[in-house]
Amino acid sequence: MQGQFWIIQTLNSVAFGGLLFLLSSGFSLIFGLMRIPNLAHGGFFMLGAYLGYSLLVRGANFWVAALLGGLAVGMLGVVLERFLIHPSGRILRVVGWLFEKFFFSPLRLNFLVSPWRALLARFRGLAGNEQGQVLMTLGVSFIIADVCLLAWTGDPMPLPAPAALRRPLFIGGYTFPTYRLVVLGIALLAAVGLYLLMERTRLGAMIRAGVDDREMARGCGIPVSRLFTIVFLLGATLAGVGGVLGGPILNAYPGLDTDMLPLALIVVILGGAGSLLGAFVGSFVVGFLYNFGIALVPDLAYFVLFLPMVLVLMFLPQGLFGRVQL
Amino acid sequence: VTRGSIIAVLIAAIALMAVPWMITGSFYINMASQVLIYALFALSLNLMLGYGGMVSLGHAAYLGVAGYTCILLVTSGYGQLTAAVAAVLFSTLFAAVFGVLSLRAPGLGFLMITLAIGQIVWGIAYRANSLTGGDNGMSFPARPKPFGFDIQDAKSFYYFALIVFATALFFLWRFSRSPFGASLKGTKEQPRRMRMLGHNVWFIQLLTFIMAGFWASVAGVLFVYYNLFLSPHALGLQQSAEILLMAILGGATSLTGPIVGALIITLIKNVISTYVERWNSLLGIIFVVVIIFMPYGLVPGCKQLWQRFASKRKSAAPKSTAAAEPTA
Repeated sequence: MQGQFWIIQTLNSVAFGGLLFLLSSGFSLIFGLMRIPNLAHGGFFMLGAYLGYSLLVRGANFWVAALLGGLAVGMLGVVLERFLIHPSGRILRVVGWLFEKFFFSPLRLNFLVSPWRALLARFRGLAGNEQGQVLMTLGVSFIIADVCLLAWTGDPMPLPAPAALRRPLFIGGYTFPTYRLVVLGIALLAAVGLYLLMERTRLGAMIRAGVDDREMARGCGIPVSRLFTIVFLLGATLAGVGGVLGGPILNAYPGLDTDMLPLALIVVILGGAGSLLGAFVGSFVVGFLYNFGIALVPDLAYFVLFLPMVLVLMFLPQGLFGRVQL
Repeated sequence: VTRGSIIAVLIAAIALMAVPWMITGSFYINMASQVLIYALFALSLNLMLGYGGMVSLGHAAYLGVAGYTCILLVTSGYGQLTAAVAAVLFSTLFAAVFGVLSLRAPGLGFLMITLAIGQIVWGIAYRANSLTGGDNGMSFPARPKPFGFDIQDAKSFYYFALIVFATALFFLWRFSRSPFGASLKGTKEQPRRMRMLGHNVWFIQLLTFIMAGFWASVAGVLFVYYNLFLSPHALGLQQSAEILLMAILGGATSLTGPIVGALIITLIKNVISTYVERWNSLLGIIFVVVIIFMPYGLVPGCKQLWQRFASKRKSAAPKSTAAAEPTA
């Protein structure tokens, strides 16, 4: 019995660590490249879980649901990045024209058109205003949370795991929850994929260059603005897929976003921003601490997370493997 | 201090004192008390944000630490005064630890760490059932009777909150004009130069952090007196974000800004909540709109508009004097 407890808890921890890796690797890359913590990342995760639920209820295959949910969240990430965080002049003109055509004209608000145009002309976006960009992502996270509450009500929605994986494995007299093993496997695959992407491809080299020195990379002709969008797409997609995969373990419920976001923050504080290895190690450390914390000292589960964070901050303020100053 | 500003302060003071006569009904007077409490919160956050340039997303943690300490001490039999003082002291001590940790990272790393610590405090309040009652929260037995005055009803509580608020405002005003306040502004604008000039930037920021924590703890105790109840919902990320929004919306670089922000947000929240349940969306939308269109806040924005208006009037005025001169 005692052995079974440890096996289950360990597996829960590594599966949770895997989910955390899917969440925090994108968060860490975005922070590394753009120097802003994307506070909507928890919202992306939750939205992924809810979208996965809706797709599964409509009879979709689990893996298709995970992929589609992830891609939908990824597209949302691109929209957030392109329209709100780094709006370009062309996009502003299109938005302005759409508003004039479909909002002001039908409502006969023509007197508002010229102040609207003046406002848009003065609007320089949030370029360089990193504090504004963070608060923007925070605002978006509230909107996402509320839209989820509106669309899926306040009840927790359990996502069914794929039928083939629901039965536990029996090996040597112990039971192993299959689904968690699979989640761990997917997270490891994602880690390997991300590693290859970052270390073996041209795109990865460009992202690394951008993380290390954004201005210099720009000076060398690397399209850093496009990298922002790509990294946001990647990070949001990973968070969305993580949400769907995490659904059968965590359920989709309101507040999932604010439960997961601080964990991602702690992972990045521990592991160091902008580093895949840091996100990987940090995720499993946090996964273990959190899971065993909940199992052994439920009252102080959060406090257990606090200690390693304090130690790292005191002695290694850049995190274990940090590439950039936090 | 000009004569104009003294008059403005006097008018504001009289208006604040007259609030319970201008608006009747305890619902509205309670709302005014709520505005005062939130204004004190926003002002304390603004010490860090406006003067020190430190964006904190964990400010609601003080509400939790001070509030829960106060409730726990009172329910376990200590006197009201002891409980309040101990709560504020303990929470200020917590602010010192919180500050030492958060100041390990400059800029947005600071924001991340404050958010993480704030959520850890929330998580402890939420999970530690035996201590805090978990999700159900804890109720506070009764408001204290400072110097024998009864502050149970809305009107007298409003005056109690007003006195605390005015005291805090006076100290914050003194602070903003003190040499220390000036050196804090220096660390915001030019941390490197301040370091070269021999100022201990880290220590200045830490002291500010602790001071902000102190006033936020005072506001936290007031919050508990007002609601007579505290649950983890009151110290989540949303609360911290609302307080931050108040400071930014009003204008973080001034003392009046956070007060105006607290007034507007509290009114919107109370009014909207009676009609629809979509406060979170609205909060997010206000956030986005304010950050895009009013990054410096309402008060400095209005000041700027006023100055432009005034200078237009001035530039129009000399023409008339020039035209009038030859005849004179």
